[in-house]
Amino acid sequence: MKPKISLLTAAWLVLRKDWMIEWRTRARLTALIFFSLSTLLLFSFAMGPDINALRAHAAGYLWLALFFASVLSLGESFRVEGENQALLGLVLTPVEARAIFLGKVFGNASLLFGLSLVLLPVAVALYDIDLAKAPLALLATLFLGSVGISAPGIVYSAISSNARARDVMLPLLLFPVLVPLLLATVNATKFCLGPDPQEQLASWLKLLCAFDLIYLSLGFLVFPKVVEED
Amino acid sequence: MESALEIKDVSKRFGTRWAVSRLTWSLPMGKSLLLTGHNGSGKTTLLRMIATATFPTAGEISVFGKETRKHRDALRHEVALISHASFHYEDLTAAQNLSLLAKFLDAEKPGVVKELLERVGLGERADSPVRQFSAGMRKRLSLARLLLKQPRLALFDEPFGELDPAGITQMEGVLRDLTARGTTVVLATHLIEQGLSLTQERLHLDQGRLSSETVHHQSPSAQGPL
Repeated sequence: MKPKISLLTAAWLVLRKDWMIEWRTRARLTALIFFSLSTLLLFSFAMGPDINALRAHAAGYLWLALFFASVLSLGESFRVEGENQALLGLVLTPVEARAIFLGKVFGNASLLFGLSLVLLPVAVALYDIDLAKAPLALLATLFLGSVGISAPGIVYSAISSNARARDVMLPLLLFPVLVPLLLATVNATKFCLGPDPQEQLASWLKLLCAFDLIYLSLGFLVFPKVVEED
Repeated sequence: MESALEIKDVSKRFGTRWAVSRLTWSLPMGKSLLLTGHNGSGKTTLLRMIATATFPTAGEISVFGKETRKHRDALRHEVALISHASFHYEDLTAAQNLSLLAKFLDAEKPGVVKELLERVGLGERADSPVRQFSAGMRKRLSLARLLLKQPRLALFDEPFGELDPAGITQMEGVLRDLTARGTTVVLATHLIEQGLSLTQERLHLDQGRLSSETVHHQSPSAQGPL
């Protein structure tokens, strides 16, 4: 029997491979940044000059921009795997399907988290929000939200990657599943940026952790069935 | 002699079409098989089933005594496939693609990637992204990939296509070398004369079925090390 690397080592290699591809092309990153900046800007124009309304809804705009950007990012993540049947190559190497899942989830989550860090100063400029109220909780919310989007996103991206209308299919499959996560991320972010008289932030963060665990566990179980024949 | 490959009454269906139909064949350990047939005769499907990329709709394939569906994880360490798809990442360089594979296989040793790229004639293009490669260069990189894996069963699906004469000679050399070292080889090609000179048995497929042209032959040049 030839040597076999551990699941986590394989996941790390998949993640590093995705980062390397991203760094070499930087196309996805550039597109994501411009797309999400435009979204934030459009929300700002649509709401008009009412700075109180903009500030009150800033968390929602930020997460909607990230949700829309995630569709681009997740689609691109499997376009790369589709070229030359690279995903099949990984499976036949062999790399465990669950390692591919974990690597791709955290690769995509790190990209979305990085994107959210780029969007924060823009949101400050456009919506006059204050990042200094609970910065660590805000970072935790952004990270947990990014993982929460990516876990089901990678599964659905893999499912839709072979479909003819994959660009339409991915958001159609993904957005309904992400509604509870959207509620949790927007509320947690709202309490990070503004007053939290009833101290609800901790509860929303716990709920986010629970969503992440559920999505990661389900994806971990389901992903091998998506990329492999039974 | 123990069988490297046992195909027992195997059929494979795509939608309503049977790509392979009730095929039975066995290949002894260390032997080489030439797989021939017209376009769409089921060669690629059969190779993909042996490589555990897909599985029979009916029947059973065993490689080194292990059923492919049940033992896919173990068998994937033992089997390598050169196919129409190269399995490479377009935006990574040739060296990065091979190095990634070496890490997954836990076979990364200093100089191994460079040495393999030199061997397949891509030494000077090691740091070029695969996106810039011609079809022939991609095939050479696939060959390096197969050599890095050191499989016990090597599957070649039209390996000579897109290669220049030097590349074809190199591919033939690797095929002979693998056979001489006891690796079981299955070669699917339309270049029948060339294939016959490199293999010991021939299986001809006609619309997914075993054809009457199927023969056991023994090529003098395929019997021992060259």
